[in-house]
Amino acid sequence: MSDTHAQSAAFVRESFIPQSPPPARERGILKWGRENLFSNWFYTLLTLVSLYVVFSLLSGFLPWLFSGVWNAGSLSECREILQGVDAGCFAVLTERWNQLLFGFSYPTEAYWRPTLAFILLFVCAAPVLFSGLPRKLLILTLLYPFAAYWLLWGGTIVVPLMALLGVVLGYVAFGATVSRGFATALVAALVVAGIVWWVGIAVAGAVPDFVALMPVPSRDMGGFMLNMMLGTVCVSLSLPFGILLALGRQSRLPIIKIACVAFIEFIRGVPLITLLFVANVVLAYFLPPGTNFDLILRVIIMITMFASAYIAEVIRGGLAALPRGQYEAADALGLDYGQAMRLIILPQALKISIPGIVNVAVGLFKDTTLVSIISMFDVVGMIRGPILASTDWNGVYWELYGAAALLFFVVCYTISQYSQWLERKLATDHR
Amino acid sequence: MTMTDTPQAAPKTVDRSAMKVSDEVAISIENMNKWYGAFHVLRDIDLTVYKGERIVVCGPSGSGKSTLIRCINALEEHQKGRIEVDGTVLSSDLKNIDRIRSEVGMVFQHFNLFPHLTILENCTLAPIWVRKTPKREAEQDAMQFLEKVKIPDQANKYPGQLSGGQQQRVAIARSLCMRPKIMLFDEPTSALDPEMIKEVLDTMIELAEEGMTMICVTHEMGFARQVANRVIFMDQGQIVEQNEPEEFFNHPKSDRTKLFLSQILGH
Ligand SMILES: Nc1ncnc2c1ncn2[C@@H]1O[C@H](COP(=O)(O)OP(=O)(O)OP(=O)(O)O)[C@@H](O)[C@H]1O
Ligand SMILES: [Mg+2]
Repeated sequence: MSDTHAQSAAFVRESFIPQSPPPARERGILKWGRENLFSNWFYTLLTLVSLYVVFSLLSGFLPWLFSGVWNAGSLSECREILQGVDAGCFAVLTERWNQLLFGFSYPTEAYWRPTLAFILLFVCAAPVLFSGLPRKLLILTLLYPFAAYWLLWGGTIVVPLMALLGVVLGYVAFGATVSRGFATALVAALVVAGIVWWVGIAVAGAVPDFVALMPVPSRDMGGFMLNMMLGTVCVSLSLPFGILLALGRQSRLPIIKIACVAFIEFIRGVPLITLLFVANVVLAYFLPPGTNFDLILRVIIMITMFASAYIAEVIRGGLAALPRGQYEAADALGLDYGQAMRLIILPQALKISIPGIVNVAVGLFKDTTLVSIISMFDVVGMIRGPILASTDWNGVYWELYGAAALLFFVVCYTISQYSQWLERKLATDHR
Repeated sequence: MTMTDTPQAAPKTVDRSAMKVSDEVAISIENMNKWYGAFHVLRDIDLTVYKGERIVVCGPSGSGKSTLIRCINALEEHQKGRIEVDGTVLSSDLKNIDRIRSEVGMVFQHFNLFPHLTILENCTLAPIWVRKTPKREAEQDAMQFLEKVKIPDQANKYPGQLSGGQQQRVAIARSLCMRPKIMLFDEPTSALDPEMIKEVLDTMIELAEEGMTMICVTHEMGFARQVANRVIFMDQGQIVEQNEPEEFFNHPKSDRTKLFLSQILGH
C-alpha cells in the first residue's frame, strides 16, 4: 500500500537553525574584489592593465597640478618661477578670476551684487526643489526674479517693483474673471498687467534715481555669471513652455495642435547657433527702427524656444507612457481638464520625464557657451577673447579651459545628483 | 477572466430588506447608438434604470458591455439617441458632463488608482477639487469610507503597496467619497485572484444592501443571483434578453442566452 519511500515520507523539524554570517571570503571588500577584479585570468589581466594606465595618467597629472604656480603676473613670470619644470600656470586663474566670473566690464565695486544674486538663487529655488520645505516660502521664489534683475542690472527699484505689481494685479484680474472662461481671464490679466507695466516704465523714467543701484548695461555682463543667468532663466522658462507645447500637441483643437507641432518641428530642425545668429543680427531688421531690444533678452528668447521644443517632446513621451486608465479615472471622478492635468496626469508624466528633462537642461546649460560665437563674453568668450589674446597669458590653454570645464562640471553634476535624488523620492509605485 | 459560480466565490448571505426599487428614474437611455468608426458597437439600446436597482450586465467578450456603461458617464461619446442621468441630459456641454460624472461613480477592471498619491489622497482628491469640501472634512469622510471597505490602516500607503483586492476596495471607497447616486462597475473582479474576489464582492453587496443604484458588468453569476434585481444579456451591441435573475438563469428565453449560460456555468 505504501507508494512513498519509507525514509522520505514523514519529517518534522524540531530545532531551527539560527542565522549565521557567511564565510569570510564571501564578505565585504574581499568578496567584491575577487568577484569583480580577479575572477579569472582575463579579468586579472584587465585589472592590472587598467591599474597601470590610471597610474601613469595620475603620475603625470598630479605633479603638474600640485607644483603649479598660483601667483605670477604673466606666463613668462610663471616660466621663470618653474624653471623648466612641467607644471600648471594657475596664476592666470588667480589673476583673472573675477573676469572669468563676471566678464571684463562689470563694475568691480558691484561684484557683490551678482554674488548675492547667486547665493539668493539657492535660497529661493529651494522651496521649489525640496517639497518638504514650508509652502509659504514659495513667495521667495516668486520674488527672486525681480530681486535678481535689480541686483544684476541695477537702476531704480521702481522697475522691478512695478513689474512685480503688474504680475500680481494681472493674477488678481485673472482670478476675478476666470469664471467667464479661460480666454477672457487671460486677456483681462494681460491688459491689467500691460497697463501697470506701461505706467511703471513712465514712473521709472521720471524718477531714475529713486532707491537706485548703479545701472549696468547688458553688454557689460559676462563670464560665468552670464552662463548661470542664461541657464537658470532659460531652463525655468522652457519647462512651463515645454509643458504647454506638449499639452497643445495633444489638443483636440486642430489649430492649437498644428501650431504646436509646427513650432516644435521647426525649432528642432534648426541648429541653436543659427537661432542665436538670428537673435543677434536678423531680429534687428524686423524690429521697428530705434527700438533697442536688449541682446540678452533676445538670446534668452531664442534659447528658451529651443529648449522648450525639446522639453515638449520629452514630456510628450511621459504623457504617452501613462495608461489611458489614469485619464479615465480622473474624468470619471468629475475633474475638469485643468484639474486632471495638474493633479493626475502631469505629476506622473513629469516624473517619468525627469531623466529626459535633466538631459535637456544640462545640455542647454552647456550650450549657453555658444553665445561666445555671437560676441558675448561668457566664460568661454572671456577665455577665447580678452584673456588668451592678452600678451600676458597667451598660451595658457589647459589651465583656463580646465577651470571652465570644472565650473560646468560642478553645476551639471549637481543637477544630475539632484534629479536622481528626486526620482528616488518620487518613486511611489513600488514595482 | 474566469466565469464562475463556485461556492468559494459565493458571497455572504445577503440582506435584501433595504434594497428597494423606487419608481423614480435614475438613468434613461432611449434608442442609443454608437459607432467606432464604421463599426456599429451599440445598436438601439433602450434601458430605464430606477433608483435602487441593481443591474447585472453580462454577455460574451466584445458584445459592448463596457462601451454601454462608459457611455453613461460620457467616457465614450454616443452618436445617436438620448441618455439622461439623474435628470441631466448628456450633451456635448462640458458642464453637464462634469455634473453627471460627479454624480456617477465608476469602478474599473484595473482599479486605476493614482499611483503617485496615497490611499487617503486618492480618496480626498475629487471631493476637495470638485465638491470643494474642506480638506479636513474630506479626510474624515474618506476615513469613514475606508473603514467601510475595511482598509483604514492602509490610508497612508501608496496603491503599489496594496494587494489587488485592497486596491479595488480603495477604488470603490474613492468613488463613494463623491457620494454618488449611481455606481457603475466594469468587471471589478476579473483582474483578481479568487480570495480577493470575495472581499470585493462583499463590499459591493454591502453597498447594494444600503440601497445604492448599481450597474455591474460582471461574470460573477453568484453575485447576480443574490444581489441583482435584473440581469441584462448583451450580444453584438444589442440587449438580447433581460429578466429577474431567477427567471433569467432558470428559464432563459433566447437561444443565444441559453448557449451563453451553458458555456459560463459549464452545464
Ligand atoms: N476604442 C475603440 N476603438 C474601436 N473599437 C473598439 C474600441 N473599444 C472597443 N472597441 C470594440 O467595440 C466592441 C465592444 O467593446 P467592449 O469593450 O464594450 O466589449 P465588452 O463587452 O466590454 O467585452 P469584454 O468582456 O471583453 O470586456 C469590441 O468589438 C471592441 O473590439
Ligand atoms: Mg469590457
